[in-house]
Amino acid sequence: MTGALDLLLTASLWAAVLRIATPLIFGTLGALLCERAGVLNLGIEGIMTFGAMIGWLAVYQGADLWTGLLAAGLAGALFGLLHAWLTVPLGLSQHVSGLGITLFASSLSYYLYRLLVVVGESPPTIQPFRPLPIPGLSTIPFLGEVLFDQAAPTYLALATVAVLSYVLARTPLGLAIRMTGENPHAVEAQGLNPIRLRTGAVVAGSALMGVGGAFLTTVAFNSFFPYMVQGRGWICIALVVFSSWRPGKALLGALLFALFDAYQLRLQNAVPGVPYQLFLMAPYLLSILALVLVSRRARVPEALMAPYRRGER
Amino acid sequence: MRLERRPYVPLAYAIVSPLAAVLAALLLAGALIAAAGVSPLAAYGEMLKGALGSRLAVTEMLARATPLILTGLAAAVAFRARLWNIGAEGQLYLGALVTAWAGHGFVSTLPPLLGIPLLMLLGMAAGALLLLGPTALRLGFGVDEVVTTLLLNFVAVLFVGLMVEGPLKDPMAFGWPASVPVASDLRLPDLIPRSRLHIGLLVAVGAALLVWLANARTVWGAESLAAGLSPRAAAFAGVSLPRTLLGTATLSGGLAGLAGAIEVLGSTGYVTTTLSPGFGYAGIVVAMLAGLHPAGVVAAAVFLATIFVGADAMSRATEVPSFIADVIMSLSLLSMIVALLLATHRLVR
Repeated sequence: MTGALDLLLTASLWAAVLRIATPLIFGTLGALLCERAGVLNLGIEGIMTFGAMIGWLAVYQGADLWTGLLAAGLAGALFGLLHAWLTVPLGLSQHVSGLGITLFASSLSYYLYRLLVVVGESPPTIQPFRPLPIPGLSTIPFLGEVLFDQAAPTYLALATVAVLSYVLARTPLGLAIRMTGENPHAVEAQGLNPIRLRTGAVVAGSALMGVGGAFLTTVAFNSFFPYMVQGRGWICIALVVFSSWRPGKALLGALLFALFDAYQLRLQNAVPGVPYQLFLMAPYLLSILALVLVSRRARVPEALMAPYRRGER
Repeated sequence: MRLERRPYVPLAYAIVSPLAAVLAALLLAGALIAAAGVSPLAAYGEMLKGALGSRLAVTEMLARATPLILTGLAAAVAFRARLWNIGAEGQLYLGALVTAWAGHGFVSTLPPLLGIPLLMLLGMAAGALLLLGPTALRLGFGVDEVVTTLLLNFVAVLFVGLMVEGPLKDPMAFGWPASVPVASDLRLPDLIPRSRLHIGLLVAVGAALLVWLANARTVWGAESLAAGLSPRAAAFAGVSLPRTLLGTATLSGGLAGLAGAIEVLGSTGYVTTTLSPGFGYAGIVVAMLAGLHPAGVVAAAVFLATIFVGADAMSRATEVPSFIADVIMSLSLLSMIVALLLATHRLVR
């Protein structure tokens, strides 16, 4: 058992935590931004899948790694636009539209992938992002390896937490977005357009989801394969609730979750004889447990899932 | 310009909207087929031939429609009460697992007339239990059942993996991770000789009739509709929301569990982690295309089964990947919700 505890003190574990957390950070921030404006985006699982596919595909076709991330963000924004159009001006069920987007985006990813890669062929690989040590800081013992020797998109994720947190809490735009999620009629009374604000938030949030998906193929793995997202999108939706719709707490939630995930991966090796499926089940069960613990006192945005129609109450 | 709800929806609109939605989906997917360098008309021709072109093809298609009818009913029953059961996939797997376990074990010595219904009931109970958990969490703690049922799908498949590689592993399967088989006496008889179509289809259609009756003629049917339309108004009218939702969850989860039981009893005889190619998720689309109506569910399940079986045949004959079936399915769902909006609303200036 000492082995299991010693694992917790290794720098490689904590470096892995940050790496595993990165796609969850992007996804959770994206979902959080949508929900803060009043739109639940269950398209996340499919948008992450498409982001993973298109990020890999762009790089595989010779594009730069950053272009791959950008392509994933743009593709995410397009799916976001579709979800926003269906749910905001048309006011359709956010649940059904989101699930439809997930089914559409993931099946389209697999279809396009299969057009290029025949069944049975091993997935074509790309050269993923390498760790980018920050000069000076990366040589600090322990902390350097954990924090300052990550791939560039991980730094980008952390920066996005700070930016989103600032924008939502401290800028007029952030106030307008939050108000749209609480009371769109009040936004209208201020002379702002709730339809545009919601659409913008869903498009931007979905772009973040796409980037999160692309992290899987351009950093964590070096290829795309069907079903690789494995419910990470749904876990992000749970993390948004866990975070009480706050970017800072979303980061904390993603890190906690990733710590658990990184630890169970290592425990699988350290504790033989336990079926590996039990370890793999744990993250999903943990998410459910987290929801049970926070849901009762969760401060849900007041107008979440309520379609806004001008002049209707 | 804005949308205004029509005071009443003509029946013709309700029937035309899914047809228009499907047509739109086929047109859009046609563009993707053309992108693969294949003529969409030729591809759809292969699809029809593959699903309906021979006696064997039709029986294959109906065998595929059987679980889709049941998962479609599971979604329709739940969505009608606005209980978002997205977990039919997991409920199906748990129902299948319990069926294989009991059908190899303590039920295996019973006569078929007793054993088969008992196994179906056990499968239903397993599926129902898996949905009652999230429903209770929603009622007790306000936990959104969309996320919990989705996450439990992954847990259920992993649990099946654990069992078929562990306690329920078939020692005769040469290392292939499959469960022990149900006793051969307990397998469902064929509906049509020398085909894979079994009497599970009749059970599924019978279930659709029963759900129709329950919706239209029972107190629970009225209460669950009321709970779906407006929980507050329903509660004000004296409908117990917990009782109604728990009842709905039992039926919905039970139908998904029954789908799993019937797949094992009728189709495979054992469980693997690849038993279902997404029957649970497809059930959501079936229910939406059907406008949540049981008769529509049967029709929509037959349509999707045609697409899926047809796409397999098409991808063998042409260069088009069979994932096109999933694309058509998802596009049908998205265009269906727009078509429904146009059917129930009108544009006013």
